[in-house]
Amino acid sequence: MDLLYIDRHLLHEVTSPQAFEGLKLAHRQPWRRTSNLATVDHAIPTTDRSNGVSGIQDPIAKEQVITLDQNCREFQIEYFDLLDARQGIVHVVGPEQGATLPGMTIVCGDSHTSTHGAFGALAHGIGTSEVEHVLATQCLVQQKSKNFKIEISGDLGLGVYAKDLILALIRLIGTAGATGHTIEYTGKAIEDLSIEGRMTVCNMSIEGGARAGLMGIDDKLVEYLEARPFAPRGALWNQAVDYWFTLNTDDAAIYDQHRILDVSRLSPQVSWGTNPEMVVDIDATIPAPADFSDANNAEVAERSLSYMGLSPGMAVNEIQLDKVFIGSCTNSRIEDLREASKVVKGRKVASRLKGAYIVPGSGLVKRQAEQEGLDEVFKNAGFEWREPGCSMCLAMNDDRLYPGERCASTSNRNFEGRQGHQGRTHLVSPATAAASAIQGTLTDVREML
Amino acid sequence: MVNTAFPVFTCHTGVVVPLDRANVDTDQIIPKQFLKSIKRTGFGENLFDSWRYQDEGTIGKTDRVINPEFVLNDPRYQEASIVLARRNFGCGSSREHAVWAILQYGIRCILAPSYADIFYNNSFNNGLLPIELEESLIDHLFREAMQPSPMTVKVDLAQQTISSSGGLTAIFDIDSTRKHRLTTGMDNIALTLEHQVLIEEFEVTHRQRMPWLFSD
Repeated sequence: MDLLYIDRHLLHEVTSPQAFEGLKLAHRQPWRRTSNLATVDHAIPTTDRSNGVSGIQDPIAKEQVITLDQNCREFQIEYFDLLDARQGIVHVVGPEQGATLPGMTIVCGDSHTSTHGAFGALAHGIGTSEVEHVLATQCLVQQKSKNFKIEISGDLGLGVYAKDLILALIRLIGTAGATGHTIEYTGKAIEDLSIEGRMTVCNMSIEGGARAGLMGIDDKLVEYLEARPFAPRGALWNQAVDYWFTLNTDDAAIYDQHRILDVSRLSPQVSWGTNPEMVVDIDATIPAPADFSDANNAEVAERSLSYMGLSPGMAVNEIQLDKVFIGSCTNSRIEDLREASKVVKGRKVASRLKGAYIVPGSGLVKRQAEQEGLDEVFKNAGFEWREPGCSMCLAMNDDRLYPGERCASTSNRNFEGRQGHQGRTHLVSPATAAASAIQGTLTDVREML
Repeated sequence: MVNTAFPVFTCHTGVVVPLDRANVDTDQIIPKQFLKSIKRTGFGENLFDSWRYQDEGTIGKTDRVINPEFVLNDPRYQEASIVLARRNFGCGSSREHAVWAILQYGIRCILAPSYADIFYNNSFNNGLLPIELEESLIDHLFREAMQPSPMTVKVDLAQQTISSSGGLTAIFDIDSTRKHRLTTGMDNIALTLEHQVLIEEFEVTHRQRMPWLFSD
């Protein structure tokens, strides 16, 4: 075990209160205050915020938000509170602010911290004890992970996106395929992705078992970071950029594992079961337990089918939906909303849906989308246009599924009950979610482009 | 007398509850609605809430509908303090509340073929011992644990052995730092702060090399 120095520590209301309490009980202070950045995202409502914190109906969630307010004030930690335009999902906010930079070590009490790996940063989720440890010591007791090179070749076809790519990869390697490893994503398909798309891929590294997944540095990345509020400026910027380009992996680097995935013929992907490796093509049918060679997997599949209310052989694109959710740290950035709006424009949400929600990843994403008129496209079609937060990805607030409801969701986990007790989740890309909202069934977006 | 961060783990003998499911995720171990608490305690009652109960749980709800099908509700395993599980236990969310819920229910140790990384780390920070054993040994233990009379297992951390009431014994691996931590219950932060000077020295060099990382 080694001590790893942490450059950036991101905090939110759900996994930090016990850490701050521990700090106080031991009469300790944060080691380096300016390395910390906090916001509220997990448990807050996404409805009207004009009454601020006092408008939060759930008294327990309200207490959690107030606790973060107080802790940030007491320990002088930079904080984007509920009413700050920069508030949002912590993994959208960090990159957007330039608080995520190449070469950094970044941690947060949230498993989707892997998102920040898209910037060539070593970034991963930690538990609350570790949150306290980082606050108090600026370090983490860490075991070096193994390396896993994943090369993605080919060009993504029309209607196929970063989300489909990562779902296909998890389908290939399994939910524990990269346990104990840090993934490095390489190859033409990764280089061709936008920075938002790269974040979507790194975000779901954890769904393949890897705490962290990272990518190299290129001009596109540097351009994305330039002039962001927390990014360096002037001479310091030039010095930083020169250093960042030295971070790219040597050609002769050796990896513990290596896989290749060609995405040139990839279809849009949809999850059918209750973990993120249970994924099929949109134009396929629901698998049967007998399709799984391993008896253990067959049993898991049977249980998942029963939970999901699906039968083997059903056509995926005939599965009827109750709700559609576009949001989460996986897919709530401006590019995601643009892609979804292209599909939605001039169309209406299917009448059978009980709800269709667009939840932007941050206040700044929301503002940008409104400047581009995307909110009108969504509202005209019958979508609800919400305030930023984690929302229905984990349903800690009122945005949720009720028992038996089925949802096409751009989030990252389809676990039992994840989006609400007895709710059923199908993970998809924003474009697929948009197409599915229009049709009321899981839909092949390629037919609507 | 040194204050320990959690009860130390040396030897433990207990009844084993067999949880025959792969990929048990932390959303199942402790569902999201219980994460709104700002405390470290009170999670045990809601361990595996949506499997243990038929009704939807909320914080503080007491009048619950038991799910008799779920193994934790089986009369044989009421005294269980060890969980036997399948591969990739604890995957998903980083919520440490999952480890708190397991410990507060009364579990001290888990036996499984593999664990998700973040859960594994969180366990050691709270005095929960996750033991990794070969699939074949796990299969054997499942058969034994599902017999009419429950199986007990003795875990000896110093010797790194387990022995079941049915006669199976096995050796397990554990990182020496983690083992030391469990057996002493030492506060990790205090241990790290013993290296305060080294951290400060590193920070000075780091700041010189990469000044853009420091805004203060």
